[in-house]
Amino acid sequence: MNKYTNPNGELALKKRSINKQPMDNHSILSAKNVDVFYGEKQALFDVNLELTANSVTSLIGPSGCGKSTLLRCFNRMNDVISTCKVMGSIKLDGQDIHDKKVDVVSLRQKVGMVFQKPNPFPKSIFENVAYGPKIHGLAKSSRELEEIVEKSLRRAGLWEEVKDRLEQPGTGLSGGQQQRLCIARAIAVSPEVILMDEPCSALDPIATAIVEELIDELREKYTIVIVTHSMQQAARVSQQTAFFHLGYMVEFGETDAIFTTPKDERTQNYITGRIG
Amino acid sequence: MTNIFKVRGGNNLKRHKVEKRFRVYGMIAIATSLAFLVIMVGSITLRGAPAFKQSFIKIEMHIPAEKFNKNALQNSRFVSYLKETLRAMYPDVKTRKDKKQLFRLVSSNAEYTIRDAVIANPELIGKTHNFWVRTSSDIDMYLKGYVDENLPQSERRISDQQVKWIADLKKANRIEVRFNTQFLTGGDSREPEQAGVFGAVIGSALSLFVCFIIAFPIGVLAAVYLEEFATKNKISRIFEVNINNLAAVPSIVFGLLGLAIFLNFFGLPRSTPLVGGLVLALMTLPTIIIASRASLRAVPPSIREAAIGLGASKVQTTFHHVVPLAMPGMLTGTILGMAQALGETAPLLMIGMVAFIVDVPTSITDAATALPVQIFLWADSPERGFMEKTSAAIIVLLMFLVLMNLAAIILRRRLERRW
Repeated sequence: MNKYTNPNGELALKKRSINKQPMDNHSILSAKNVDVFYGEKQALFDVNLELTANSVTSLIGPSGCGKSTLLRCFNRMNDVISTCKVMGSIKLDGQDIHDKKVDVVSLRQKVGMVFQKPNPFPKSIFENVAYGPKIHGLAKSSRELEEIVEKSLRRAGLWEEVKDRLEQPGTGLSGGQQQRLCIARAIAVSPEVILMDEPCSALDPIATAIVEELIDELREKYTIVIVTHSMQQAARVSQQTAFFHLGYMVEFGETDAIFTTPKDERTQNYITGRIG
Repeated sequence: MTNIFKVRGGNNLKRHKVEKRFRVYGMIAIATSLAFLVIMVGSITLRGAPAFKQSFIKIEMHIPAEKFNKNALQNSRFVSYLKETLRAMYPDVKTRKDKKQLFRLVSSNAEYTIRDAVIANPELIGKTHNFWVRTSSDIDMYLKGYVDENLPQSERRISDQQVKWIADLKKANRIEVRFNTQFLTGGDSREPEQAGVFGAVIGSALSLFVCFIIAFPIGVLAAVYLEEFATKNKISRIFEVNINNLAAVPSIVFGLLGLAIFLNFFGLPRSTPLVGGLVLALMTLPTIIIASRASLRAVPPSIREAAIGLGASKVQTTFHHVVPLAMPGMLTGTILGMAQALGETAPLLMIGMVAFIVDVPTSITDAATALPVQIFLWADSPERGFMEKTSAAIIVLLMFLVLMNLAAIILRRRLERRW
C-alpha cells in the first residue's frame, strides 16, 4: 500500500504541504487554438492552455481523449508520424516551436520526455544517462560527463542504488528503477520542461509512490506535464489539472478546484466515475 | 459432492486421442526427415571417404650425376629415366603393349613427384633413393576394391598382367596407402589421382569475399533506408514487393545478367572470382535486405522514441541505437545468404567459372572455379576415380556450409549476450 493511497479507496485529495507553497507563476509553455489531425481524423479541437513554470500539470481524461497527443505536441514528437498535422501555435518561453528557425533537436533538449513503459537503452546505466549530454555536447571532458551523470542520477533518487554498478545494463534494473533511470536520462540534458506520458502505469504501487515523490521534488527545477489515468495520482502530484474529453479540453484549473468544485458536468461525471 | 476428475470418456476421450495422434504424426515426420538426412550424408560419406586415401608405389631409383645437372633440374626429363627404371625392375617385359601396361602402374605425374623431390633435396643426385610415387587411378581403384577380378580382362580397366604385378609389389611391401594430402592442397587435374579441391575452395572463398564486401553494406543500407527513413507510400511499397520477388528469381537468371552486364558490357575478366562474387552478391542482396529489415523491425519502437525524445536526430537514433540492436539479426541473415551463395552453381556456369583450371587462384582476377562447380565438373567426368572425388568434394562443401551456419549461431549468441 503506498502512503498516498487512502485505504478506503476514496480520492486522496490531501496533499503534501510542499504542494501548497506559492510558486513563481510565470507562464513557460502555452498552447493557443491547437488543432491536431491524424490524416482526416481530428484528434484535438481548439485547445488553449497556459502552463506556469515550476509546477506540475496533469492531463486527465478517458482513453482516446487526446491528452497524450497534446503532450507529444509540446516537443514535436508527432513529427515522426507522417499523417499527423498540428495547427495553431505552441510557444515555449514565448517562442513558437513550429517556427522554421527552431531546431527540433534543441527543442527536445529543452522539453524532455518520459514514456509510459520504461524504455532504457540496452546499454549500461552510465551510458543511458550520458547519451543525451554526449549528443548535445554538454560535457567538455569525461570528468564533466561523470559529474552530469552523477548529478542526474542523484536528482532522480537512483544514485545510491546504482552507484556501484554503473557499468551494468540499464535493462537489468527493476521497473521502478528503470523509470527513474529514464527520468535521470531526461534531466541529464538540463531541460526546462519534462513531459511524462503515464509514467507510473507500468509500475507497482510502491514504485509509483517513489516516482510520485520524485516528481514533486523535481518541480523545484523543472516544469512538469504529466498524463495520467489515475485521478488519485493527478490529485496527489499536480497543481493544475486539465480535463480532456473527446478531443476537447473541457476544463483547466487548480487541481483542488477541479476535484472539489468542477464547473463542467462532464468533469463532474468523470471524476465521480460515471464516464471514462 | 461431485468429483471434478471423474470426467473421462465421451468427448474428453476423443480429445485425448486426437492429441496423441497428432503427436505421433509429428514424430513420424521428424523421423522421416532425419532418415533422409542420414541416408544422404551416410551414402556421400561412404562414397567419398576413400578419396582421402591414395596408394603409392615405392620405386628404387638411381639418379645418375652425369645425366642430371643440379642447376637445370626444372627442365630435366625424368620421365624417360623413370621408364628405364621400371623396365629394369621387370626385365622380362618386352612387347610394346606390356611396356605400356607397366608404365600405367604409376601416375602420369610420377615423374614430377620425383623431380620435385630431387629439387627439394639435390643431394640425391648420384645416389640411389626410394621414391614413393602415386599409382595411376586405375590401379588405385583396383586396390580400393572397385574392380571385379572375375570379369574377363577386356571388360575391366586393368589387365591380368597388372594384377600380377600389383600382387608381387604388395608382397614385397612396395605398395602403401597413405592420406591423400594432394586432394586438400592441390588444384584440379585431368588425372583423378592428382586432382584436388584446394583451387575450388580458394575460388569459392574469394568469390564469397567479393560477395560479402558488396552485398553486406548495400543490403544493410538499403534495409535501413527502407525501414527507417523511407516514407511509406506507393513507391516504397512497389520497391518492397519487388525486392521480395527478387529473392525468388531463379539463380541462373542472375548468371545471365552477370554475363550480359559484367562480362559483355563492362568487359570484366571471364571466369574470375570478381565476377562470380558480383553475381552472387546480386543473388544474396534480396536475402540480406529481407533479413535486415526483419531484424530492424524487431527493435522495439520505444528505443527509437527514447532516443528521439532526448533530441537525437534520425541518423543518430538509427546508427547509435537501432542498427547495433539489429546487427546480430543482420549478420545472421547475411551469413545464411552467403551459405546459400556458396552452394550456388548455375550463375557461375554462365560467367565461365566452369572452366578447367589447374592453378590455385591467388587474386580475385585470376581464373578460378568454385566448389559446387568443381563437383559438377567431376561428376561429369567419365573416369572411375572422379566418382569418389565428387563425393569427397561434396563432403568438403557440406563442411564449409556447416561451419558457416555454426559461425552464424556463434555470432548471434555473442552479440546478443552483451545485454
